[in-house]
Amino acid sequence: MSTHIGQRLPKLDAADKASGRATYGHDVRLPGMLHGAILYSAHAHARILRVDTARAERLPGVKAVLTAADNPPTHFGYGKDQTPFKTVARSLRDEIAAVAAVDLDTARHALSLIEVEYAPLPPVFSVAAALAPAAPLIHPAHGSNLFQTYHYEHGDPARGEAESDLILESTYRLPYVNHACMETSVVVAHYQQGGRLTLWSTTQIPFLLQRDLAEALGIPGSHIRVIQTAIGGAFGRGLDIYPFEPIAALLSMRAGKPVRVAFSRREEFLAGPARQPAEVSLRAGARLDGRLTFREVSAALDIGPYVSWGSVTPLVMMETTASLYKVPHVRFRADCIYTNNLVTGAMRGYGNPQSTFFVETMMDQLAEALGLDPVEFRLINANEPNSATPQGLVITSCGMKECLQAVAATADRGADRPGEQTTVEPIHGRLDPAAGAHKRGIGFAATLNVGGGARIYRSDGCGATVKVDDFGHVTLITGSTEIGQGSETVLAQIVAETLGVHPQDVSVINADTDLKPWDVGVHASRTTFIAGNAARLAALEARRQIFETAAEMLGVAPDCLIASEGHIRAADAPDLPPRLSAPTSALPLARVVRQRHFRQGGQIVVGEGWYDPPTQMVDKDTYKGNISAAYGFGAQMAEVEVDTETGQVRVLRLACANDVGRAINPMAVEGQIEGGAQMGLGYALSEELIVANGQALNPDFHHYRLFTAADMPPIETIIVETDDPGGPFGAKGVGEMGGTPTAAAIANAIYDAIGIRLTELPMTPERVLAAILHRDLESA
Amino acid sequence: MKKAITLTVNGDRRELYVATHHSLLDVIRNELGLMGTHRGCDTGNCGACTIQVDGLAMNACLLLAVDYDGSDILTIEGVAQEGALHPVQRALVEKGGIQCGFCTPGMVMNALALLADDPHPTEADIRARLSGNLCRCTGYAKIVEAVGSVQ
Ligand code: FES
Ligand code: FES
Repeated sequence: MSTHIGQRLPKLDAADKASGRATYGHDVRLPGMLHGAILYSAHAHARILRVDTARAERLPGVKAVLTAADNPPTHFGYGKDQTPFKTVARSLRDEIAAVAAVDLDTARHALSLIEVEYAPLPPVFSVAAALAPAAPLIHPAHGSNLFQTYHYEHGDPARGEAESDLILESTYRLPYVNHACMETSVVVAHYQQGGRLTLWSTTQIPFLLQRDLAEALGIPGSHIRVIQTAIGGAFGRGLDIYPFEPIAALLSMRAGKPVRVAFSRREEFLAGPARQPAEVSLRAGARLDGRLTFREVSAALDIGPYVSWGSVTPLVMMETTASLYKVPHVRFRADCIYTNNLVTGAMRGYGNPQSTFFVETMMDQLAEALGLDPVEFRLINANEPNSATPQGLVITSCGMKECLQAVAATADRGADRPGEQTTVEPIHGRLDPAAGAHKRGIGFAATLNVGGGARIYRSDGCGATVKVDDFGHVTLITGSTEIGQGSETVLAQIVAETLGVHPQDVSVINADTDLKPWDVGVHASRTTFIAGNAARLAALEARRQIFETAAEMLGVAPDCLIASEGHIRAADAPDLPPRLSAPTSALPLARVVRQRHFRQGGQIVVGEGWYDPPTQMVDKDTYKGNISAAYGFGAQMAEVEVDTETGQVRVLRLACANDVGRAINPMAVEGQIEGGAQMGLGYALSEELIVANGQALNPDFHHYRLFTAADMPPIETIIVETDDPGGPFGAKGVGEMGGTPTAAAIANAIYDAIGIRLTELPMTPERVLAAILHRDLESA
Repeated sequence: MKKAITLTVNGDRRELYVATHHSLLDVIRNELGLMGTHRGCDTGNCGACTIQVDGLAMNACLLLAVDYDGSDILTIEGVAQEGALHPVQRALVEKGGIQCGFCTPGMVMNALALLADDPHPTEADIRARLSGNLCRCTGYAKIVEAVGSVQ
């Protein structure tokens, strides 16, 4: 009987956040703390001939000024192509110098006093220019602007083509987008006497950051402690080390004081990582009976001047291409290309919003060409439980068909009263020449996402410790990170359920590398599954110790005991409220712990857990392997109205069904889906960081448009439970799926409304109108 | 350049000597140490810095502190009375309207002003009034639901 699993428990930290008491990275203030500021390059590509900091250093209040002359002799970052300060600027966000001063005004003033002499180099602002013969090399030592190519193949694409009754192809353009975390990037670094560095950080990878920083600074990782503050959004931004972090540490080392570096919003857009833009071409085929035959993708990603974990996103694009639906023959190629544009990084979905857009709009095109219903066509090809894909994904639980059917059922209801059965038929505007200037349409898309970790690092593990004190209070120390998604609450529910206590009696400690056991980081929708399993293992070990002592006290065997409502009792004891049952048959947890502890040779209750899923890193040549211990599935239905006179697309409603294995906390699951949908809607319709000549032209929230409360359509979330065999209490991850199929569902709905396939994101009024005018011109 | 001003902040009278180019947000965070009022943009676009000035919800990042000499300021820290959350705060907690929580104080301050103007707003009213408060985590559904439940 479960009491805490499936409960809509409010987040444990919500009251603090509601009352302004949570301490975010931006709120950290230490005695004597200085404020750092960074000088960025004035040229997208240039050699730095001279940096004169003399005037800045003389400004009263300035405590440290650093340039490339102060760089440690190491390179850092995913591609080992980064240094804190640059001698060659490769983008307009390259760090040339930094200042620490008594306040931010002084630090910024000091930056204006630094003189830099540049020798401009020819810049490269597109993947085509980067790959042109004799293109200027961004990293001459690499020998080419092509950083890396991913090649994947299964089956025999030529045979797949031959077996096709129908082959379609299309090209796609995907934009730069920004994570737009409400809290901008920030770090406070404190280098103490004795060589110990403490960092207050909003990172998603506290343990890998220790390693990265050690490399960047040339000090041992054991000297670095990372303390995570409350984190005002992450979404992949914190998955890498970025130069501002070692810069803050170097400033602190130089000044002998704690140093804070906090980005302005403009800086966040210009110097923070963006999702890589991509140009993609896709060919796909099917038979008349509706079965897919092959898929062939070729993608070029502009990764900017340095390599981050974001350059690994083709792995996920590859997964969607190869394994979303049953496709017997697949070829995939992606080139990651250096340019002098923005720095790019990992972002929620990690390649999946991009690939789901092109794969799922093509699915719609194929369905139409075959004369099949788009949902029916998807059901014919859907992934199934207990199957393996040719790529090597081992799919255990799978509710893909249920998700598709669930959103299809919502489509049959009218737009005006979401959630209620009405008789209003959805309107397929393209088929209805009588419709006026406002045309409606509906569209579908499905998604597949890792839901049981993703082994992209040598370990995909997480550690946990559960202790129970002599008041019966439980503490979970977990390696995982809370970024607002609610992991600490979900983990408390898992521990509470295992130990038979209330989640409010569980404290979660998760923010200090000196305290918590190792975890690879918060990404890939992995925390519920991986950290959840680790917490459960630790709680089970604590429970074993408790049962051992309770069994002695009750004179029964440990394996006939159960823990519930803060008491331990024999399973066959009458299930009465604890107060009423005989004292010998239901022992308060605290009493058992005290009995175990306060005696000669006593012991305390501490359980440890370590969970590293039984998965494989993909083979480095074939890219095959079972990267995750479980896979999540979902489907969305969008209904839109297109104003054919202005190009404006209004989403009337969105239905999102997700197979989450089991919802430990349905309210938190809904929150992930609704929030993911907000990002997906932005990706589809409004968000684009416009970049020209290496410069972002709209680095503020006035010109970079996030969906607001007034813009959002009603969202119906449908939770499909499949009870995953490997997940804690059957749960799988859900952090990314809310936004992965949204752009495709909307593009398909726009097609249904106006009969035009849009292949460039975001689908702004300008682009929609241009497409309508183009079509009208062609047909005239 | 600096200037002496007096503010009443959450009921306390504070005498301050502030730089003339500093915003109320700068002063609230850096001089008064009230960190619940957040800086999401500094350009009036995100609402994370929403406070009440003489009863009106405003973006503190857009207000020069010296222009508000003598004003009565309410920040998020002054909303909970005797440790008990205001019903708007409680609803946000209970309905799941808080994820990372960075937008939350601004949402609360704006929702309070909305409910003071109109104790029975429609869902469309709530969405319109909160459209100056950006949230990247929740998709707003549970925030709107929470505010709507306080009537
Ligand atoms: S910080 Fe004031 S509106 Fe964003
Ligand atoms: S809860 Fe994170 S920005 Fe709103």
